Amino acid sequence: MMDYGTLRGLIALLILALFIVIVIWSYSKKRKSAFDEAANSIFEEKIETEIKHTDKNNKQETNNNV
Amino acid sequence: MTTTLDHPSYNFNVVRQFTVMTVIWGIVGTLVGVLIAAQLIWPALNFDTPWLTYSRLRPLHTNAVIFAFGTSALFATSYYVVQRTCKATLFGGKLAAFTFWGWQAVIVLAVITLPMGYTSSKEYAELEWPIDILIAVVWISYAIVFFGTLVNRKTSHIYVANWFFGGFILTVAVLHIGNSMVIPVSMMKSYSIYSGAIDAMMQWWYGHNAVGFLLTAGFLGIMYYFVPKQAERPVYSYRLSIVHFWALVSLYIWAGPHHLHYTALPDWAQSVGMVMSIVLFLPSWGGMINGIMTLSGAWHKLRYDPILRFLIVSLSFYGMSTFEGPMMAIKSVNALSHYTDWTIGHVHSGALGWVAMVSIGAMYHLIPVLFNQGRMYSIRLINVHFWLHTAGIILYIVAMWISGVMQGLMWRAVNTDGTLTYSFVESLIASKPFYFMRFVGGVLVVVGFLIMAYNMFKTIYAKDNSLKPVEIT
Repeated sequence: MMDYGTLRGLIALLILALFIVIVIWSYSKKRKSAFDEAANSIFEEKIETEIKHTDKNNKQETNNNV
Repeated sequence: MTTTLDHPSYNFNVVRQFTVMTVIWGIVGTLVGVLIAAQLIWPALNFDTPWLTYSRLRPLHTNAVIFAFGTSALFATSYYVVQRTCKATLFGGKLAAFTFWGWQAVIVLAVITLPMGYTSSKEYAELEWPIDILIAVVWISYAIVFFGTLVNRKTSHIYVANWFFGGFILTVAVLHIGNSMVIPVSMMKSYSIYSGAIDAMMQWWYGHNAVGFLLTAGFLGIMYYFVPKQAERPVYSYRLSIVHFWALVSLYIWAGPHHLHYTALPDWAQSVGMVMSIVLFLPSWGGMINGIMTLSGAWHKLRYDPILRFLIVSLSFYGMSTFEGPMMAIKSVNALSHYTDWTIGHVHSGALGWVAMVSIGAMYHLIPVLFNQGRMYSIRLINVHFWLHTAGIILYIVAMWISGVMQGLMWRAVNTDGTLTYSFVESLIASKPFYFMRFVGGVLVVVGFLIMAYNMFKTIYAKDNSLKPVEIT
């Protein structure tokens, strides 16, 4: 049975290792395109609204035709 | 800002309510601050009325700016950002409206009870236990609404701003409930369940993480959405933002003991607090650089966009106070700075510079979007507000730096026989001119907020879409 101090030391090391894993993961080449996409995701909504807008127009046209 | 964004499926009503109240509470909070700043120069301004005394109004000022102004801004922006980035409406239906009315009720109760003298005497946690329970209920509802919306998201990725908002909401719940554990003895009186140095440590574990998670992580959430939006370019490094988040949340929680240097707190705990505070410099500056560099290649936008100027200058103040903070956490520096006006100056460069400026910038971005306009009523008035606010902060913090360092030096000065060189009153007299300078700075900030309110109501009451966005050529 290890004492409390050793346990705390091990937890600190574990968290440090976890942090290093996070850094490696976020800077890995494989993730780059996904993160670029995420960074640009906040600008997508504009396009979405515009598409919605045209949808609405189409609908109205159909209504007029009927 | 070219399209009408009132998406029918989003709950923007609660965002509008919090946005308007942010500006209103901004005026109230800073006005109370100016009043107590004036009392330090002209003590007669308490009119010999108990509920107008400095001791009762000072907690009202801090509660009003942090929990009424700042937290309303966080509610507004987090509810807005989580809906836009998750492409989902707020979870919980009427629960979102409850968080608005519940939170306003907390503030009104604070405005009533603090001047009456009801206080738990814990800094930034002065409100008595019945109000603390209401805060906990509202806050847990906030967490349900926010995380429920995240769960319902239509996107696969959770945008980084939401991580910061989520971290802030979760941690503040833990901090508030942990530090507010009391034994009530009557309706408006209670005693902490912690005693002595442990109570002090709990208090500053709460106190400094209120700074770290409410006033930092939450507002970094604002930064990660509104700076890229206003600059119209993605954040400088999304990867850095992930490392920034995990580094910040894992380090901040340890910094509290630097509020208790040279007290009954064990020495080792003081040293841990000091070291962790110094390490905190790294994630803080990583985040600041990430925000400011978002503008790289588009610096010219600062020339004509006062909203962007608010956001970017807020980051400069953030960088400045997160350099100053670790420095003041060093024990030997703290021996000079603690209990002096230097601390007050540091807090205000963070509060007026970082927190208020990033909120004001976000509000100016948000108001036209929420009220179906292409822009604010007057861009020129935003610019006037920017310069008033900036000048106000600079007057404030320069005054407090000089006064604080002077106090520290005067209090520690000893004669060759070991007696004190200066009496306390002598240091007070020396500070007086700087208190006036601080008062003037505060007045400029309040005037700025009043102009903002005028600009906001003019925007709200203008005919829908009558304010067209300015075309930059």
